[in-house]
Amino acid sequence: MKETSLQAGLILAGILFCLGLLSLLIRRNFIFMLLSVEIMLNAAGLAFVLAGARWGQPDGQVMFLFILAMAAAEVSVGLALILQLYHQLKSTDSDAATRLKDEP
Amino acid sequence: MNALIACIPLFPFLGALLLVPGARHYSPGLVKLLGCGSIALSAICTLMVGWSFLQQPALVVNVQLWNWIRSGALQAGFSLHVDALSITFAFIITFVGALIHIYATEYMQGDEDYARFFACMNLFVGAMLLLVLADNLLLLYLGWEGVGLCSYLLIGFWYKDPANGAAARKAFIVTRIGDTAMAVALFMLFYHLQTLNIAGILQLAAAQWSTGHTTVVLIALLLLGGAVGKSAQLPLQTWLPDAMAGPTPVSALIHAATMVTAGVYLIARLHLLFELSPQVMLLVASIGVITLLLAGCSALVQRDIKKVLAYSTISQIGYMFLALGVGAWHAAIFHFFTHAFFKALLFLGAGAVILAMHHEQDMFKMGGLRKQVPGVYRCFVAGAAALAALPYITSGFYSKDAILWLAWQGPQANTLLWIGGLLGAFLTALYTFRMVFLTFWGPQQHHIHHYPGISIRLPLSILTVLAIVAGFIELPHNLGHVTLFSGFLQNVLPATGVHASSSLEWIAQLLSAVCCLAGIGVAYLLYVKASPALERFTQTGLAQYFTRLWQKGWAFDELYDLLIVRPFMALSRLLRKDAPDKLYTLLGGITIKAHHILAGTQKGLLRWYVLSVLIGAVLILTAILLHLKPTTT
Amino acid sequence: MNTAFYIAAAVAILSTLMVITRYNIMHALLYLIVSFMAIAVIFFIYGAPYMAVLELIIYAGAIMVLIIFFVMMLNLGAETAVQEKSWMTPRIWFGPALLSVILLSELWYLFYTEPATPFEVKTIDPKAVGTSLFTTYLITAELAAMLLMAGIVGAYHLGRQKKKIQHRFLEQSEE
Repeated sequence: MKETSLQAGLILAGILFCLGLLSLLIRRNFIFMLLSVEIMLNAAGLAFVLAGARWGQPDGQVMFLFILAMAAAEVSVGLALILQLYHQLKSTDSDAATRLKDEP
Repeated sequence: MNALIACIPLFPFLGALLLVPGARHYSPGLVKLLGCGSIALSAICTLMVGWSFLQQPALVVNVQLWNWIRSGALQAGFSLHVDALSITFAFIITFVGALIHIYATEYMQGDEDYARFFACMNLFVGAMLLLVLADNLLLLYLGWEGVGLCSYLLIGFWYKDPANGAAARKAFIVTRIGDTAMAVALFMLFYHLQTLNIAGILQLAAAQWSTGHTTVVLIALLLLGGAVGKSAQLPLQTWLPDAMAGPTPVSALIHAATMVTAGVYLIARLHLLFELSPQVMLLVASIGVITLLLAGCSALVQRDIKKVLAYSTISQIGYMFLALGVGAWHAAIFHFFTHAFFKALLFLGAGAVILAMHHEQDMFKMGGLRKQVPGVYRCFVAGAAALAALPYITSGFYSKDAILWLAWQGPQANTLLWIGGLLGAFLTALYTFRMVFLTFWGPQQHHIHHYPGISIRLPLSILTVLAIVAGFIELPHNLGHVTLFSGFLQNVLPATGVHASSSLEWIAQLLSAVCCLAGIGVAYLLYVKASPALERFTQTGLAQYFTRLWQKGWAFDELYDLLIVRPFMALSRLLRKDAPDKLYTLLGGITIKAHHILAGTQKGLLRWYVLSVLIGAVLILTAILLHLKPTTT
Repeated sequence: MNTAFYIAAAVAILSTLMVITRYNIMHALLYLIVSFMAIAVIFFIYGAPYMAVLELIIYAGAIMVLIIFFVMMLNLGAETAVQEKSWMTPRIWFGPALLSVILLSELWYLFYTEPATPFEVKTIDPKAVGTSLFTTYLITAELAAMLLMAGIVGAYHLGRQKKKIQHRFLEQSEE
């Protein structure tokens, strides 16, 4: 195998993470926000796997496995919550869910 | 003996204590038993102790009940000091108190707070006994404040009417001003003499200060301030007429016979301090004379029967102050002794009248009652005669005459004071018999509702007898020179030597008699015969002006409102929003502003929260990077 | 190898960019699947074939499909796209973009200050991963299992609809 360095991969992970973050901040739709979170999780997992490959150990991949499991659980619960929110608010606008606003 | 003495104040306190817890549950009979029984037992104990004193007037008993304060030089115990002066006062308090309690069982019948009334009255009698039996000034002050409290409780007894509460507060606040002066006097006494024990003070004072020394004059002045407050003399006399808002037995006991004489007791007790300050003695006498004239004028034009008696009390205590001021100690106490009987009698009689007229107190609405309630009429006239000092046959004559005689010819006499006293005697007779004629003579305007029962008639009768015969124990020089009373007191209070001829004494007595009869005559002309000349006089502009002025008690209330109350309220309104307050409100305001700003960050928007997390992360990362920079190349 | 990496990286970034700028949810989801596939290729390049496959099966194949089915269930159609269009004004990009660029530049700085240490890429086969998972990281595996269990129970409970026992004309729902 050829020799390569970690930096390019990490930068890729960083770019993907920041794109996901950008999307999270901009979007108002619940489902798009969930999607953005998935992008960010995936980017973090990429960083883990790259790090594991750098040291030649399976630890990074194991981490990614856990991230995967966690993402699965989170998506299912998150979608159930979005379902309830949709039935309560009759829309998928996150700006409609401001009941916890502090009234001065 | 010691146990008996301890029982004298104990029984009333015990009565009050027993009456308080079950106030709602006791039957009226039980309340009567506890309320009157405690005072009656106390009176019996006083009589038994007094019997020993009658046999040995020079006796002095000190009973230490228990320790109270032992702090360095301040050694004040709960100790009672009984001598002739205190036993005299204790006798009046318990005996007249017991009679008034019996009267009150019928007067206050049917009132829903029956037990509370007797509890407060018992508490009052207990506190007053502590005052007169106290061995040190601190315990005296405790009793002093106690009677002030009970006065407040009893004036505002019918608390549901806010006017009664206002009168009670006025009484408390005005006497408090005097109490503060007295407290300062106590501080000064302790500072200079290192003791508050009365006997100790009297011993050390003469050695410490020469006559007229500034310190002792100041102390005497402050003590006078306290006495003036409690005894409703100038300038603190405004509370007593308002205090008539309380039930009549309260007015009889507290504001006639006992509490208002506490000032007289204080001055008599600490007579050595006053003798060391002749300026203050002159002041005492002057206050006495001016007050008795002012109050006499005010009593002349009142419509309410109880207000007449209130101003009359102020006036008679003015006589006692006059006596104290000219050094006639025995005469002052003798006047207190007789005054207690006839003033209580007058108040109780007025109460019987008020009850019969179904709580009507305006004299101009009464009339012709001597045919309706002849028993009450006879007792009332006896009391009125004693008050007016009807010559030779009433106790009031002998006590008032003693004062006037000593004001004219005593060692510190002053003719001006004597003339004031004579004028006051004329006014007293005038307003007293005006009261009698308006209430009992003339056409009957109302029908009687309530005829007095035995509980009212018995105390009235006993007091009537006493009002007449109590004077015969002290007869002046030219009439047999009976000195039973002053002989009793001579070991406690110095005797007043008089060097004047007997003929002068006859002249003095004649002049007092003339004043009294003149007063009665004018009252008869005005209110029974309705002579037209006098009627025209009372309708003139000047007379009307003075009538209105005197009805308001010489407008002292308005004066104090203008000089003291309004500036004080204005000052407090000003101080409510001054600079230090702004500092505190500023702190509060800043906090609220900060709250609003921070609350603005809780928008409830999900994106906003994510943004804030991101900003935080970026800041932390920047901080770490800046920290790492020097270590990396 | 590097070329393959750069191509896959470019695809991933491009498709992620498309995800975050689409108005239609379905389009965004599908672009995300493409992104995941590119990531899987990168995993493969870096010697993690097991992870590449798992990424495809679980992430792209299960999670994304779940979301697609969810969107179909909610029937969010054309009006959602219009709504998204109205919300996505150019103005809202500035602040978040600025912050993301700052974050990215800091990350870039962090990654490039250390000198690069080249290494040889070795393939780590599934056997090694499994051994590590069930010996060194056993407890985390158990915890992940419990997490999934919690996820199932939570999703079932939270997703329950209130049953209407009376006719809808009477409009009362029973809890």
